[in-house]
Amino acid sequence: MELTSLSVAELREKLRAKEVSSVEVVRALEARIARVDPQIHGYLSRDFELAQKLAATADVSLPLGGVPVAIKDVINVNGEPCTCASKILLGYRANYDATVIRKLRSAGAIPFGRTNLDEFAMGSSTENSAFGHTRNPWDTSRVPGGSSGGSAAVVAADEAFAALGSDTGGSIRQPAAFCGCVGLKPTYGRVSRFGLVAFASSLDQIGPFSKTVRDAALLLTAISGRDPQDSTSLDEPVPDYTAALGRDVKGLRLGLPREYFIEGVDPQVDAAVRAAIKQYESLGAEIVEVSLPHTEHAVGVYYIIATAEASANLARFDGVRYGHRAADATGLLDHYGRTREEGFGPEVKRRIILGTYVLSSGYYDAYYLRAQKVRTLIRDDFTKAFENCDAIIAPTSPEAAFKAGDRSDDPLKMYLADIFTIAANLAGICGISIPCGFAQIDGRPLPVGLQLLGKSFDEARLLQIAHAYEQSTHWRKARPPMEA
Amino acid sequence: MSASFDVRYTAQLARLHLSEEEIARFQVQLSQVLTYIEKLKKVDVRGVEPTAHANAVFNVFRDDTPRDWFTAEQALANAPRAANQLFVVPKVIE
Repeated sequence: MELTSLSVAELREKLRAKEVSSVEVVRALEARIARVDPQIHGYLSRDFELAQKLAATADVSLPLGGVPVAIKDVINVNGEPCTCASKILLGYRANYDATVIRKLRSAGAIPFGRTNLDEFAMGSSTENSAFGHTRNPWDTSRVPGGSSGGSAAVVAADEAFAALGSDTGGSIRQPAAFCGCVGLKPTYGRVSRFGLVAFASSLDQIGPFSKTVRDAALLLTAISGRDPQDSTSLDEPVPDYTAALGRDVKGLRLGLPREYFIEGVDPQVDAAVRAAIKQYESLGAEIVEVSLPHTEHAVGVYYIIATAEASANLARFDGVRYGHRAADATGLLDHYGRTREEGFGPEVKRRIILGTYVLSSGYYDAYYLRAQKVRTLIRDDFTKAFENCDAIIAPTSPEAAFKAGDRSDDPLKMYLADIFTIAANLAGICGISIPCGFAQIDGRPLPVGLQLLGKSFDEARLLQIAHAYEQSTHWRKARPPMEA
Repeated sequence: MSASFDVRYTAQLARLHLSEEEIARFQVQLSQVLTYIEKLKKVDVRGVEPTAHANAVFNVFRDDTPRDWFTAEQALANAPRAANQLFVVPKVIE
């Protein structure tokens, strides 16, 4: 077995037993990346020399001691670029650590490598990156999902042991499903957003990508907790999320939202998810039907609230304090207008326009305020559903990975594919995507993701439920059929 | 969808220059998105409070204690133009 195909938990054991050193681990990753990443383009940048230096002094007695973790290029790491896959931040170098990076470092981990994404995390395919597409390791003619497609692809291709991403409307769960790895979106307020470049501040949350549920638990334990630098992070106790793993699911109730099992779901995705539900039944879980009646409105609410917040957040890119600046501006308005025209890509521009419009005078009540009210109804749907179940079970995405270029110029079609993931962000609850089988498309296996949604701050239970299924199947052992 | 949706005017509000080609394309694409969003008008929201944040947290304060943060050099390190320990901005007053 190659060193790079180990899980974080397995790697930790080897590091502690001194069977391998952290320096050797970084070297193995370097070799793997050199071999594989030209096909995948999961990384935007990486600094082997720095990683070697950190590895040489790693304290392997710490929870993640000596373990390299890849970071989505939207999270600030001191001394490193943070491009957000946008030309507007080309040349920017962070001079502070995001709180999650500080926490990873104090757990002994080595932040290593910056992963590709849709520009400013806006997209579902990683095709909106200004620096080239990332390709799906299972079929390089297909997208890895998005926006955290780079993080998902490098974990799936064994170019990373684990990675951090961010999830505003499914940007962790959907690429995890497309690439066949584990992706966890924590409860809003579980993990500090300080140092995450803001897209939609009331929806954004940082979370881990990993090969196993146990690894997701290890990473979540390391990065969670209240942070005085993020007033929306909450003072909830941080348990050891690995502690509940291994408990069975007998008697737990899993809710099937009837609105999620609809036409338009790919039959092979539907079949894989239904088989997973059967598996849970055979493990002793009780399956109950629940209803989330406002589901059909989630996409509309999301694309009002997310774009409104984005249009305000991206106002900071003004060509003065950092980033691109248009040359030879004739005046202030010309300076702003051209700086932003030259710096932002098409999807970001579209969303700035939509967000500005829904907030503009005369339309605020009709769009933004109404969306916030429907958001309340969507939240209430979940509160009611969780009275009758311990977690909700559903597909992560209505389809497996689609072909690159298929819908890159059809924004509405692209947005509608987020239907199963965005409601969790609107409600603020936690969710996880885990592999649950394959769809055979064009003669190739493509991973299918099973999504579990939990109550706010109920990550321990969510991980326990995900782990029970993972341990009763063999999906985790499947590897993309790559030339390597 | 709202007949008044005008990409050219909205782009001015957003301080974002667009090419004529972009204006035409976004007008079509975003009109489709807005038509889709019109569905929300059918939802009965009488008496429903808006949700601004998933967790209702208000007035979060921290102690007003000085701490180290960026030096002027660090703050200016990424500035496209700086001089005399200051950001250089275009002329604002005509």
